[in-house]
Amino acid sequence: MAHSEHHHHSHSEISNTSAPSYFDVMEAAVQELLIEKGLIKPGEIRRQIEVLDSRTPALGAKVVARAWIDPEFRQRLLENGRAACEELDISFYDDTQLVVLENTPRVHNLVVCTLCSCYPRPVLGLPPDWYKLKPYRARAVYEPRAVLAEFGTHVPDDVEVRVSDSTAMVRYLVLPMRPESTEHLNEEQLAALVTRDSMIGVVPALNSDGGV
Amino acid sequence: MNELSQNDLSKSEQPVAALGEIPAFGPGDQVRILTRSPIGHYRVPSYLRGQRATVLSVVRPRAIDNEEEGYGKNAGWKGYYYRIAVPMASIWSSYNGSSSDRLQIDIFETWLAGE
Repeated sequence: MAHSEHHHHSHSEISNTSAPSYFDVMEAAVQELLIEKGLIKPGEIRRQIEVLDSRTPALGAKVVARAWIDPEFRQRLLENGRAACEELDISFYDDTQLVVLENTPRVHNLVVCTLCSCYPRPVLGLPPDWYKLKPYRARAVYEPRAVLAEFGTHVPDDVEVRVSDSTAMVRYLVLPMRPESTEHLNEEQLAALVTRDSMIGVVPALNSDGGV
Repeated sequence: MNELSQNDLSKSEQPVAALGEIPAFGPGDQVRILTRSPIGHYRVPSYLRGQRATVLSVVRPRAIDNEEEGYGKNAGWKGYYYRIAVPMASIWSSYNGSSSDRLQIDIFETWLAGE
Protein backbone atom coordinates (compact mmCIF):
# COMPACT_ATOMS: atom_id res chain seq x y z
CA MET A 1 0.00 0.00 0.00
CA ALA A 2 1.38 3.42 -0.96
CA HIS A 3 2.11 5.60 1.96
CA SER A 4 -0.09 8.42 0.69
CA GLU A 5 -3.18 6.20 0.80
CA HIS A 6 -3.15 6.39 4.57
CA HIS A 7 -4.16 9.99 4.30
CA HIS A 8 -7.26 9.37 2.20
CA HIS A 9 -9.09 8.22 5.31
CA SER A 10 -10.16 11.00 7.53
CA HIS A 11 -10.36 10.05 11.14
CA SER A 12 -10.70 12.04 14.29
CA GLU A 13 -7.67 12.92 16.29
CA ILE A 14 -6.92 10.49 19.10
CA SER A 15 -7.45 12.65 22.11
CA ASN A 16 -9.21 12.74 25.43
CA THR A 17 -11.34 15.82 25.53
CA SER A 18 -13.63 14.94 28.43
CA ALA A 19 -12.88 16.00 31.98
CA PRO A 20 -11.16 13.37 34.14
CA SER A 21 -13.57 11.20 36.09
CA TYR A 22 -13.81 11.04 39.86
CA PHE A 23 -11.64 7.92 39.91
CA ASP A 24 -9.09 9.41 37.49
CA VAL A 25 -8.64 12.32 39.85
CA MET A 26 -8.49 10.07 42.91
CA GLU A 27 -5.91 7.79 41.29
CA ALA A 28 -3.71 10.74 40.34
CA ALA A 29 -4.05 12.25 43.81
CA VAL A 30 -3.18 9.00 45.61
CA GLN A 31 -0.24 8.42 43.27
CA GLU A 32 1.11 11.92 43.87
CA LEU A 33 0.70 11.58 47.62
CA LEU A 34 2.50 8.22 47.71
CA ILE A 35 5.37 9.66 45.72
CA GLU A 36 5.47 12.85 47.80
CA LYS A 37 5.61 10.80 51.02
CA GLY A 38 8.45 8.75 49.57
CA LEU A 39 6.55 5.44 49.77
CA ILE A 40 6.98 4.68 46.07
CA LYS A 41 8.96 6.13 43.21
CA PRO A 42 7.36 7.16 39.90
CA GLY A 43 9.44 4.54 38.08
CA GLU A 44 7.95 1.73 40.18
CA ILE A 45 4.46 2.29 38.83
CA ARG A 46 5.71 2.42 35.27
CA ARG A 47 7.73 -0.74 35.83
CA GLN A 48 4.75 -2.62 37.28
CA ILE A 49 2.66 -1.61 34.27
CA GLU A 50 5.41 -3.09 32.09
CA VAL A 51 5.30 -6.28 34.16
CA LEU A 52 1.55 -6.59 33.69
CA ASP A 53 1.74 -5.76 29.99
CA SER A 54 4.31 -8.53 29.51
CA ARG A 55 1.88 -11.19 30.80
CA THR A 56 -0.35 -12.69 28.14
CA PRO A 57 -2.22 -15.99 27.63
CA ALA A 58 0.76 -17.15 25.53
CA LEU A 59 2.55 -17.88 28.82
CA GLY A 60 -0.28 -20.07 30.11
CA ALA A 61 -0.46 -21.80 26.71
CA LYS A 62 3.22 -22.65 26.97
CA VAL A 63 2.64 -24.19 30.41
CA VAL A 64 -0.31 -26.27 29.16
CA ALA A 65 1.53 -27.49 26.06
CA ARG A 66 4.49 -28.56 28.19
CA ALA A 67 2.15 -30.43 30.53
CA TRP A 68 0.61 -32.25 27.54
CA ILE A 69 3.96 -33.53 26.26
CA ASP A 70 5.85 -34.03 29.51
CA PRO A 71 4.06 -36.22 32.11
CA GLU A 72 6.60 -35.45 34.82
CA PHE A 73 6.19 -31.71 34.32
CA ARG A 74 2.41 -32.20 34.37
CA GLN A 75 2.73 -33.97 37.73
CA ARG A 76 4.83 -31.15 39.18
CA LEU A 77 2.41 -28.59 37.76
CA LEU A 78 -0.54 -30.27 39.47
CA GLU A 79 1.38 -30.51 42.74
CA ASN A 80 2.63 -26.92 42.79
CA GLY A 81 1.50 -24.69 39.94
CA ARG A 82 3.64 -21.75 40.86
CA ALA A 83 6.88 -23.71 41.16
CA ALA A 84 6.26 -25.47 37.83
CA CYS A 85 5.62 -22.13 36.06
CA GLU A 86 8.80 -20.76 37.58
CA GLU A 87 10.66 -23.67 35.96
CA LEU A 88 9.61 -22.11 32.64
CA ASP A 89 10.88 -18.70 33.79
CA ILE A 90 7.40 -17.36 34.42
CA SER A 91 7.91 -15.35 37.59
CA PHE A 92 5.25 -14.59 40.17
CA TYR A 93 5.55 -10.97 41.19
CA ASP A 94 3.06 -11.28 44.05
CA ASP A 95 2.31 -13.59 46.98
CA THR A 96 -0.26 -15.69 45.17
CA GLN A 97 -0.04 -19.43 44.75
CA LEU A 98 -1.25 -21.16 41.60
CA VAL A 99 -3.44 -24.23 41.64
CA VAL A 100 -3.82 -25.98 38.31
CA LEU A 101 -7.16 -27.72 37.82
CA GLU A 102 -7.01 -30.63 35.43
CA ASN A 103 -9.94 -31.29 33.13
CA THR A 104 -10.55 -34.97 32.48
CA PRO A 105 -13.25 -36.99 30.71
CA ARG A 106 -15.05 -37.04 34.11
CA VAL A 107 -14.41 -33.53 35.44
CA HIS A 108 -14.82 -30.07 33.92
CA ASN A 109 -13.39 -27.10 35.82
CA LEU A 110 -14.49 -23.48 35.62
CA VAL A 111 -12.88 -20.49 37.34
CA VAL A 112 -14.61 -17.37 38.64
CA CYS A 113 -14.12 -14.70 41.28
CA THR A 114 -17.52 -13.75 42.68
CA LEU A 115 -16.17 -11.04 44.99
CA CYS A 116 -13.95 -9.18 42.54
CA SER A 117 -11.73 -10.26 39.64
CA CYS A 118 -9.00 -12.52 41.07
CA TYR A 119 -7.29 -14.05 38.06
CA PRO A 120 -3.98 -15.82 37.39
CA ARG A 121 -2.43 -12.64 36.00
CA PRO A 122 1.20 -13.80 36.18
CA VAL A 123 0.41 -16.50 33.58
CA LEU A 124 -2.58 -15.04 31.68
CA GLY A 125 -2.26 -11.27 31.91
CA LEU A 126 -5.36 -9.14 32.33
CA PRO A 127 -8.76 -10.87 32.48
CA PRO A 128 -11.33 -10.36 29.73
CA ASP A 129 -14.02 -7.79 30.52
CA TRP A 130 -16.78 -10.39 30.81
CA TYR A 131 -14.83 -12.14 33.56
CA LYS A 132 -15.07 -8.99 35.69
CA LEU A 133 -18.74 -8.24 35.05
CA LYS A 134 -21.50 -9.27 37.42
CA PRO A 135 -23.50 -11.50 35.07
CA TYR A 136 -20.59 -13.93 34.68
CA ARG A 137 -19.54 -13.71 38.32
CA ALA A 138 -23.05 -14.39 39.62
CA ARG A 139 -24.13 -16.97 37.08
CA ALA A 140 -20.92 -19.03 37.02
CA VAL A 141 -21.63 -20.23 40.56
CA TYR A 142 -25.42 -20.41 40.20
CA GLU A 143 -25.92 -21.99 36.78
CA PRO A 144 -22.47 -22.95 35.46
CA ARG A 145 -23.85 -25.36 32.87
CA ALA A 146 -26.03 -22.67 31.34
CA VAL A 147 -23.08 -20.27 31.25
CA LEU A 148 -20.90 -22.93 29.63
CA ALA A 149 -23.61 -23.65 27.06
CA GLU A 150 -23.62 -19.97 26.09
CA PHE A 151 -19.91 -20.31 25.35
CA GLY A 152 -20.79 -23.32 23.19
CA THR A 153 -19.57 -25.83 25.77
CA HIS A 154 -22.11 -28.56 26.47
CA VAL A 155 -20.98 -30.63 29.43
CA PRO A 156 -22.62 -34.08 29.54
CA ASP A 157 -24.59 -34.94 32.70
CA ASP A 158 -22.14 -37.66 33.69
CA VAL A 159 -19.27 -35.14 33.78
CA GLU A 160 -18.87 -33.35 37.08
CA VAL A 161 -18.71 -29.56 36.91
CA ARG A 162 -16.40 -28.02 39.50
CA VAL A 163 -16.55 -24.26 39.89
CA SER A 164 -13.61 -22.69 41.73
CA ASP A 165 -14.43 -19.33 43.30
CA SER A 166 -11.13 -17.52 43.86
CA THR A 167 -11.27 -15.24 46.84
CA ALA A 168 -8.02 -15.66 48.73
CA MET A 169 -4.31 -15.96 48.02
CA VAL A 170 -4.67 -18.78 45.52
CA ARG A 171 -5.25 -18.31 41.79
CA TYR A 172 -6.55 -21.01 39.49
CA LEU A 173 -5.61 -22.10 36.00
CA VAL A 174 -7.51 -24.79 34.12
CA LEU A 175 -5.45 -27.45 32.35
CA PRO A 176 -7.68 -28.28 29.38
CA MET A 177 -7.71 -31.78 27.90
CA ARG A 178 -5.33 -32.35 25.02
CA PRO A 179 -7.42 -32.50 21.83
CA GLU A 180 -7.57 -35.77 19.93
CA SER A 181 -5.37 -36.38 16.88
CA THR A 182 -2.63 -34.03 18.02
CA GLU A 183 0.12 -36.66 18.36
CA HIS A 184 1.94 -35.23 15.31
CA LEU A 185 2.08 -31.67 16.66
CA ASN A 186 5.16 -30.22 18.34
CA GLU A 187 5.09 -28.19 21.54
CA GLU A 188 4.76 -24.86 19.79
CA GLN A 189 1.92 -26.10 17.57
CA LEU A 190 0.15 -27.52 20.63
CA ALA A 191 0.47 -24.19 22.46
CA ALA A 192 -1.35 -22.51 19.56
CA LEU A 193 -4.42 -24.63 20.41
CA VAL A 194 -4.58 -23.33 23.98
CA THR A 195 -6.73 -20.23 24.19
CA ARG A 196 -7.19 -17.89 27.12
CA ASP A 197 -10.80 -19.00 27.53
CA SER A 198 -9.79 -22.67 27.63
CA MET A 199 -7.59 -21.88 30.64
CA ILE A 200 -10.50 -20.15 32.41
CA GLY A 201 -12.52 -23.28 31.65
CA VAL A 202 -15.33 -21.86 29.54
CA VAL A 203 -14.30 -23.71 26.38
CA PRO A 204 -12.09 -26.71 25.50
CA ALA A 205 -8.78 -26.31 23.69
CA LEU A 206 -8.98 -25.90 19.92
CA ASN A 207 -8.96 -28.94 17.64
CA SER A 208 -5.82 -29.95 15.80
CA ASP A 209 -6.97 -27.95 12.76
CA GLY A 210 -7.35 -24.86 14.93
CA GLY A 211 -11.17 -25.07 15.01
CA VAL A 212 -13.50 -25.44 17.96
CA MET B 1 15.39 -44.65 85.47
CA ASN B 2 11.76 -44.60 86.50
CA GLU B 3 8.81 -44.64 84.13
CA LEU B 4 8.04 -40.97 84.52
CA SER B 5 11.47 -39.75 83.48
CA GLN B 6 11.49 -42.13 80.48
CA ASN B 7 8.29 -40.51 79.27
CA ASP B 8 9.82 -37.10 79.76
CA LEU B 9 12.81 -38.14 77.72
CA SER B 10 10.80 -39.47 74.78
CA LYS B 11 8.67 -36.35 74.83
CA SER B 12 11.67 -34.08 74.66
CA GLU B 13 12.84 -35.82 71.47
CA GLN B 14 9.71 -34.69 69.66
CA PRO B 15 9.64 -31.08 68.48
CA VAL B 16 6.61 -29.33 69.87
CA ALA B 17 4.46 -27.50 67.35
CA ALA B 18 3.47 -23.94 68.13
CA LEU B 19 -0.17 -23.12 68.70
CA GLY B 20 -1.84 -22.80 65.33
CA GLU B 21 1.00 -24.51 63.52
CA ILE B 22 -0.92 -27.74 63.03
CA PRO B 23 -3.96 -27.37 60.77
CA ALA B 24 -7.24 -27.75 62.62
CA PHE B 25 -8.81 -29.67 59.72
CA GLY B 26 -7.60 -32.17 57.17
CA PRO B 27 -8.82 -33.63 53.89
CA GLY B 28 -12.20 -35.32 54.27
CA ASP B 29 -13.23 -33.42 57.41
CA GLN B 30 -16.73 -32.04 57.52
CA VAL B 31 -16.89 -28.34 58.35
CA ARG B 32 -19.44 -25.57 58.47
CA ILE B 33 -18.91 -22.07 57.12
CA LEU B 34 -19.98 -19.70 59.85
CA THR B 35 -22.90 -17.37 59.42
CA ARG B 36 -21.79 -13.88 60.21
CA SER B 37 -22.78 -10.60 58.65
CA PRO B 38 -19.95 -8.22 59.37
CA ILE B 39 -19.70 -4.94 57.55
CA GLY B 40 -16.63 -4.12 55.49
CA HIS B 41 -14.02 -6.06 53.54
CA TYR B 42 -15.01 -9.70 54.00
CA ARG B 43 -13.81 -12.49 51.75
CA VAL B 44 -16.45 -15.14 52.34
CA PRO B 45 -19.19 -14.72 49.77
CA SER B 46 -22.61 -14.44 51.40
CA TYR B 47 -24.05 -17.24 49.22
CA LEU B 48 -21.85 -19.71 51.09
CA ARG B 49 -22.33 -18.59 54.66
CA GLY B 50 -23.85 -21.33 56.81
CA GLN B 51 -23.06 -24.06 54.26
CA ARG B 52 -21.73 -27.48 55.22
CA ALA B 53 -18.62 -28.44 53.31
CA THR B 54 -15.94 -31.08 52.95
CA VAL B 55 -12.28 -30.15 53.30
CA LEU B 56 -10.35 -30.98 50.11
CA SER B 57 -6.93 -29.78 51.21
CA VAL B 58 -5.02 -27.47 53.49
CA VAL B 59 -3.67 -24.45 51.61
CA ARG B 60 0.03 -24.04 52.29
CA PRO B 61 1.92 -22.07 53.29
CA ARG B 62 0.00 -20.36 56.09
CA ALA B 63 -1.08 -16.87 55.18
CA ILE B 64 -2.19 -13.73 56.89
CA ASP B 65 -5.93 -13.17 57.16
CA ASN B 66 -6.64 -11.01 54.14
CA GLU B 67 -9.73 -9.58 55.81
CA GLU B 68 -7.51 -8.14 58.55
CA GLU B 69 -4.90 -7.18 56.02
CA GLY B 70 -7.54 -5.12 54.22
CA TYR B 71 -7.48 -2.81 57.23
CA GLY B 72 -3.72 -2.89 57.64
CA LYS B 73 -4.04 -4.99 60.80
CA ASN B 74 -2.54 -8.18 62.06
CA ALA B 75 0.09 -8.51 59.37
CA GLY B 76 2.31 -10.69 61.57
CA TRP B 77 -0.14 -13.46 62.43
CA LYS B 78 -0.67 -16.32 59.99
CA GLY B 79 -3.25 -19.05 59.76
CA TYR B 80 -4.54 -21.65 57.37
CA TYR B 81 -6.87 -21.41 54.45
CA TYR B 82 -8.72 -24.61 53.62
CA ARG B 83 -9.87 -25.58 50.17
CA ILE B 84 -13.37 -26.89 50.65
CA ALA B 85 -16.09 -28.31 48.43
CA VAL B 86 -19.82 -27.69 48.71
CA PRO B 87 -22.35 -29.57 46.55
CA MET B 88 -24.10 -27.15 44.17
CA ALA B 89 -27.41 -28.80 45.05
CA SER B 90 -27.04 -27.80 48.72
CA ILE B 91 -26.31 -24.17 47.86
CA TRP B 92 -29.10 -23.75 45.32
CA SER B 93 -32.36 -25.59 45.95
CA SER B 94 -33.31 -25.40 42.28
CA TYR B 95 -29.86 -26.21 40.92
CA ASN B 96 -30.00 -27.41 37.35
CA GLY B 97 -27.18 -29.87 36.77
CA SER B 98 -25.60 -33.05 38.01
CA SER B 99 -25.86 -33.97 41.69
CA SER B 100 -22.07 -34.32 41.76
CA ASP B 101 -21.44 -30.74 40.56
CA ARG B 102 -19.67 -28.77 43.23
CA LEU B 103 -18.31 -25.42 44.26
CA GLN B 104 -14.72 -25.15 45.49
CA ILE B 105 -13.36 -22.24 47.48
CA ASP B 106 -10.57 -21.35 49.91
CA ILE B 107 -11.84 -20.21 53.31
CA PHE B 108 -9.76 -18.82 56.15
CA GLU B 109 -9.82 -20.74 59.44
CA THR B 110 -11.65 -17.99 61.32
CA TRP B 111 -14.74 -18.72 59.20
CA LEU B 112 -14.86 -22.48 59.72
CA ALA B 113 -16.19 -24.70 62.51
CA GLY B 114 -15.86 -28.46 62.83
CA GLU B 115 -18.96 -30.60 62.47
